[in-house]
Amino acid sequence: MAEQKFVVGNFYDEAVLFPAVKKVRKAGYKIHDVFTPFPIHGLDKAMGLRDTSLHTAGFIYGITGTTTAVTFITWALTTDWPLNFGGKPFFSLPAWIPITFELTVLFAAVGMVLTFCYLCQLAPFVKKDHFNPRSTDDTFVMAFECTEKTNEAEAIAFLQSLGAQDVKVEVRETRWWLGRYDKDTRPFGEQKELEAV
Amino acid sequence: MALLRYESQVRAPLVDGTKDYHQVTEDICGPVEASPSRLWWIGFIISVGLLIFGIISVTMEVTYGVGQWNLNKTVGWGWDITNFVWWVGIGHAGTLISAILLLFRQGWRTGVNRAAEAMTIFAVMCAGQFPIWHMGRVWDAFFVLPYPNTRGPLWVNFNSPLLWDVFAISTYFTVSLLFWYSGLLPDLATLRDRAKLKWRKMFYGVASFGWTGSTKHWQRHEALSLVLAGLSTPLVLSVHTIVSFDFATSVVPGWHTTIFPPYFVAGAIFSGFAMVQTLLVVTRKVLKLEEYITIEHIDVMNKVIVLTGSIVGIAYLTELFIAWYGANGYEWYAFKENRVNINSPLGWSYYIMMGCNVLSPQIFWFRKMRRSITVTFFMSILVNIGMWFERFVIIVTSVYRDYLPSAWSTYYRPTIWEVGFFMGTFGLFFTCYFLFSKYFPVIAVAEIKHILKRSGESYKEKMDTLEQEDPEQFGQEHSHDHGA
Repeated sequence: MAEQKFVVGNFYDEAVLFPAVKKVRKAGYKIHDVFTPFPIHGLDKAMGLRDTSLHTAGFIYGITGTTTAVTFITWALTTDWPLNFGGKPFFSLPAWIPITFELTVLFAAVGMVLTFCYLCQLAPFVKKDHFNPRSTDDTFVMAFECTEKTNEAEAIAFLQSLGAQDVKVEVRETRWWLGRYDKDTRPFGEQKELEAV
Repeated sequence: MALLRYESQVRAPLVDGTKDYHQVTEDICGPVEASPSRLWWIGFIISVGLLIFGIISVTMEVTYGVGQWNLNKTVGWGWDITNFVWWVGIGHAGTLISAILLLFRQGWRTGVNRAAEAMTIFAVMCAGQFPIWHMGRVWDAFFVLPYPNTRGPLWVNFNSPLLWDVFAISTYFTVSLLFWYSGLLPDLATLRDRAKLKWRKMFYGVASFGWTGSTKHWQRHEALSLVLAGLSTPLVLSVHTIVSFDFATSVVPGWHTTIFPPYFVAGAIFSGFAMVQTLLVVTRKVLKLEEYITIEHIDVMNKVIVLTGSIVGIAYLTELFIAWYGANGYEWYAFKENRVNINSPLGWSYYIMMGCNVLSPQIFWFRKMRRSITVTFFMSILVNIGMWFERFVIIVTSVYRDYLPSAWSTYYRPTIWEVGFFMGTFGLFFTCYFLFSKYFPVIAVAEIKHILKRSGESYKEKMDTLEQEDPEQFGQEHSHDHGA
C-alpha cells in the first residue's frame, strides 16, 4: 500500500491557527487537513476549500419527494382504484398536501444524511486516522503532505515558527480502511505522557 | 485576534466557571466514563419495572382484545389516544430547541439541545405505541402502509387525517433521529479518542462512524445541521397540526374547531418545555452539570413556558367564546354542560386543565420564581398533568355525551390495563433516558466549545477592557473576519 509522509503540527488556540493556515498556504505547502474539535467558522475559507453543495443535493431530494407523493397518490386514487369519498373529486389535491409535505421533508432529510455520510466517507466500522486523538478534545491539528521537493526539517521549523507545537513527520497509508478502534495502540494519554512528549 | 467575537456583558454567561476546551470535555464526558451511581441504578430499575408492567398490560390487550380497556360506545378514544397526543406534544420541545432556536441563533440552546432532542425521540417512540396497539389486531398494523397488496391492490385512504398521522409521526421520528445522531457523531468521536477500555473504544468507534474532525467534514456538517433545522422547523409545526386534524376535520361538537392547529402546537411546546425542565433539573444535579445548564437556561425556558401557557389560555377562552358565539346548539352544549359545568360527570377535568395550564404558569412572571429550582420542578410536573387533562378534556368530554342521550349512562373510566399501558410508556421513556444519560454525552460537547470563548464566564470578564475601547478602533480590530 502506498505510503505518504505528513508534517503534523498541533495548535492550542484558534487565534494562532488562523494566521498559520494563511502563511502555510502562502509558503506554497499543500494543507492535507486541519482537524478541529469543533467547527471553526471561516477556517474552510481560509484553507481555500470550496463551498459544499450539500444544500443543492437536499433541494433535489426534496423535489423528488414532492413529485413521488403527488404522482403516486394521483395514480392510486384517480387511475388505479378510484374511490368515491362523499362525491368529492377523485383528484383532491388539497387533502394530499400533508402527505406531500411529509414525504418532501423525509426524502430531503434521509437523502442529505446519506449523501453527507457518503461524501465524508462515514459509516459504522470505518476507522480513519486523524494523527492526534486529542484533536477531538482541545487540539487543532494541522497536517500537510510532503512531496519529494519538501525539505522536512525546513517545514518543521517553519511550522514551529508559526506557533505549532510538537511538530513531527508522520507516515500514513493513503487510504481509509475498515478497522476497529480497540486495536488502536494510541489511547488518549495521561497528562504525564503529554508532558513527556 | 480576528477570531474573538465580542458579546456584551449584559448577556449572562452560558457557561459558568473558568473553563478551557479540555475542561469542557472532562466535565461532560466524565459522567459517561464513570460507573453509574446508586441513584442511577434505583431510577433505572424502577423504569424497567414500569416497562415490564406496560408489557404485561399490552400482552393482556393483545391476548383478549381491546375489550380489556374500558372503551365503549361512544368513548372509542379514551386514555390511549389522550396519551398518544400527550407524548407527541412532549416531543415537540426538543425539535423547537434544536431546530427553531438554531435558526434564531439562540446561543443558550447549546446547553440543553442534546438532552431535549433525545427526549423528543423517546417521547415519539412512546407516542407511537398507542395508535399501534389500539388497532387491536396489531399483527395487521402494516395495512396502514401503501404497499402493493393482494387485495386489489387496495390503497390506503390518502384523504384521511389518520393516514396523514402515519406519515407525519414516522417522518418526524426519522428526521429527529437523523438530526440527533448526526449531531452526536463528533461527541462520540471525542469519547472514542478518550476511551481507555477496550469495549468502550470498540463501541464508540463503531458509533462515531469514523469521525475525524476534518475541516471539510465540519463544513458539510454545519451545512447539514442548518438544512435539517430548516426542514425540522416546518415539520414540527406540521406534526401537531396533523395530530389536531384527527379531531378538527371531524364533525363532533368540541372537536370541529378551526383553532386546533395553532392551539395544539402551542400546547405541545408548552408541555414539552415542562418535560425538558423535569429532566434537566434532575440531570444537571445528578451529573454535576450546573455550570453548563445554568439557572439562566432554566430562567429562559420558564419564560417560554409562561408565554406558551398564556397562548394556550387564550386559545381555551377563544374556543369557549366561539362555541357560544357560533350559535350551534350542540357545540355550545358540549362546552357548557360537558366541560364548564363542574357538576357534570367529568366537569372537574376541565378545571384541572384550566388551573394547571393557564393559572399556575403565571407564577413565572416573577423572576424569583423563574430562577427557583424547586418551583420550576414542581411547576413542570403540574404543567404536564394539566396538559394531559387538556387532551383528556378534548377527547373524552366531547364524546361521552353525544347526540344520542340514551347512550349517556356509561361513565368512562380506565381499567388497570389502560393505566398500565400508560405507565409502561413512562417505563420505556425513562429506561431510554437513563441509558442515554449514562452512555452518551447529555450536552453537545462540540457546540459548547464553539460558544465557549464568546459566552463562557471567564472569557466574558475579559470583555470589560474591550468595552472601554473606542468603538471605531474596536470595529476595525475585531471585525468578524472570515479569514478570506
